[in-house]
Amino acid sequence: MGDFVMPSLGADMVEGTFLEWLVSPGDRVKRGDVIAVVETPKSAVEVECFEDGTVAELLAHEGDVVPVGGVLARLEPAAAPAAAAPRPAPAAAPAPEPAPASALETAAARPAPAPAAAHQPPVSPVVRHRAHELGIDLATVTGTGRHGAVTRADLEHAASARSAPVRTPGVPAQARTTARQRISPYARRLAAELGTELHGIQGTGAGGAVTAADVRSAPAGPGPSAPPAPPPPAARPAAAATPRRADADTMRQSIAALMTVSNREIPHYYLTATVDLTAALEWMRARNRELPVEQRLVPSALLLVAAARSARELPELNGHWVDDAFRPSATVDLGLILSLRRGGLLVPAIPRADTLSVVEMMAAMRELTTRARAGRLRGSDLASPSITVSNLGDQGVESVLGVIYPPQVALVGFGAVSERPWAVDGLLGVRPLVTATLSGDHRATDGAVGARFLKHLDRLLQRPEEL
Amino acid sequence: MTPDQARDLLEQSLRVIVPDADLTGLPGDTDLRDRFELDSLDFVEIVERLSQGAGFRIEEDEDLRTIDAIVGLLSHGTPHPV
Repeated sequence: MGDFVMPSLGADMVEGTFLEWLVSPGDRVKRGDVIAVVETPKSAVEVECFEDGTVAELLAHEGDVVPVGGVLARLEPAAAPAAAAPRPAPAAAPAPEPAPASALETAAARPAPAPAAAHQPPVSPVVRHRAHELGIDLATVTGTGRHGAVTRADLEHAASARSAPVRTPGVPAQARTTARQRISPYARRLAAELGTELHGIQGTGAGGAVTAADVRSAPAGPGPSAPPAPPPPAARPAAAATPRRADADTMRQSIAALMTVSNREIPHYYLTATVDLTAALEWMRARNRELPVEQRLVPSALLLVAAARSARELPELNGHWVDDAFRPSATVDLGLILSLRRGGLLVPAIPRADTLSVVEMMAAMRELTTRARAGRLRGSDLASPSITVSNLGDQGVESVLGVIYPPQVALVGFGAVSERPWAVDGLLGVRPLVTATLSGDHRATDGAVGARFLKHLDRLLQRPEEL
Repeated sequence: MTPDQARDLLEQSLRVIVPDADLTGLPGDTDLRDRFELDSLDFVEIVERLSQGAGFRIEEDEDLRTIDAIVGLLSHGTPHPV
């Protein structure tokens, strides 16, 4: 009944590597809470829970490879009123655990849940595990959000205020008693990027876990190892040492496979239109003068909204080609191609993108980009897009003639917004222009449909106040 | 804010996006977007942090391309000193 299973995060996923629990036995969870992190070939993915309940038992351990549908944890449904009673004092929660090692870790990781939690404003899942990553106790952070809720910004402040490494004398000793060094996946990733040697770093996170902040404050590069005797190499999680390299290769391979299929099977046609963004950018600047700095818009937000609305208008381009037939999608789930600093790319989706305002789109883009670059997408980000946008404007290219992501049937490309000569009412002027392109699958549509798409896109961008 | 503090704030803000960003030894006319391969979303994030750290609103039409421009803006406190 209450099993939490390995989700399918993409059509091609067969199994996933379990990375991390963000909850402990006895914790109450709500539908939509992020409770675990799973590694797929594309990214580490934060997995949400699909029902309300209480965590009864965590079955998966770090590094376990679990097939899609395999049970990761057992949940007790929230409805059962009896479930509330047998939870005595919160502090006594982790009853006898079967595996001694994990019992130790669990006990160390949970210094005793704050009983005051009930009166505190709700903490969003994002904030909760950003706190987890940073090794910050939420109870110690003063919230500035609605009803005093702790926001992400509060956490970042708390993290930067915590000058350099705070090394609690007690914690490292405790950490050393556990069989292996606890390292958050994000910290590990960061260490790989910075070339930081992980062992020898004293963790300041929960249970002595090494957090991203610890990695940042540790000496970079293969330097002399830190003074305290490092744990023997054998103590390092076996699976952890190599996956970065392998990931980059797997990502390359999955891009290669998909693009090969696209080029072999999809007869592409390409259409190009130049769009005058004078009105759109004037509107955007005016909005930006009113908006708080953290909500400030960039031109891409308008372009994505216009693309999503145009896809709704031209449903022939919004959907999938499956078994020799086009299946329109009921919603516009806009794929956004994000290139990663370490190479490769991800195409997370913005669900129901056509229903977002420009400000909402901007927020969605920023959240998605932040999660993708931190290597921490959510399960819901990996929903299959119905149409995809490639925006290479920031790289300075004039136009993008993109390769369609099968089984989708269209890809929208935007080049750089730049000032160029443009004829207006018989006069030559200098205007901010963007080249919008549509790559279409000729099996599903003909050029005329693609042309209507670009025309609609242009029309929307001439009346930005209606977006 | 002194120019040194401003440079520190800039470096801290950059590191949120580019974890190993280091301004040491970079000339003042270094174009930040080019040097650190920042896209427009990255830049919005950095400006937001600069604005928070400096305690005043930084308008979008400020010229913030180079290290000098940002340090100048932050250390003078107002975009256009009278």
